[in-house]
Amino acid sequence: MPRRLMSAFMLAIGSFAGSLVYRRRMARRVERVDLYSDDGSMASIAAGSPEAERLLTLARELVSLAR
Amino acid sequence: MLSFMDAAQALADLTEISSQVVHVAIVDENGAVLATTIPDSGRASRFVERVATLLDEAEELRRAHGLPGLAQLEAATLEGSVFAVRRDGRVIAATTRPDPTVGLVFYDLKHCLRSIGEAPASNGAAGRTRKKSGDAA
Repeated sequence: MPRRLMSAFMLAIGSFAGSLVYRRRMARRVERVDLYSDDGSMASIAAGSPEAERLLTLARELVSLAR
Repeated sequence: MLSFMDAAQALADLTEISSQVVHVAIVDENGAVLATTIPDSGRASRFVERVATLLDEAEELRRAHGLPGLAQLEAATLEGSVFAVRRDGRVIAATTRPDPTVGLVFYDLKHCLRSIGEAPASNGAAGRTRKKSGDAA
């Protein structure tokens, strides 16, 4: 009985840790455009704005062309 | 004067050290393809055309945000990322798998462009030397 309880406990811990890693990884996968200048400054434009969408559409075409 | 073989060698070195890069194209100041990993010439020229359009659009965006000259960019999509680096009129553009190690990809692309500009004796002499399993992260 204690062994079964321990197994269930370990399974629950593992599932929780796995879901944390998955959610963290998915949160990082956000569509965006990062522009870097000569002087080292950077602008990050997130998906959703019309200006970013034009570039992201081109980027999606490029990714599929290169497959 | 740069020969096509130099660019091809630099590209071969890049694809050897970087496991994150899927396809790459190097374009000279006149828009001519110096080297690419895309085997089909039609697809390669479409790829280079789209990269030029992407850079034009990025220039407009850069001006709108009041940034000085555009040196490099990353456009990250859910299917993968597009990287472009400009140096001395040349452009190197690459696609990667989703969620790449951004700093490492930029480093490898810049190193590739630099190695083209260098004398043949120093071609590919510095930097990372082989693919690492950690690159795939």
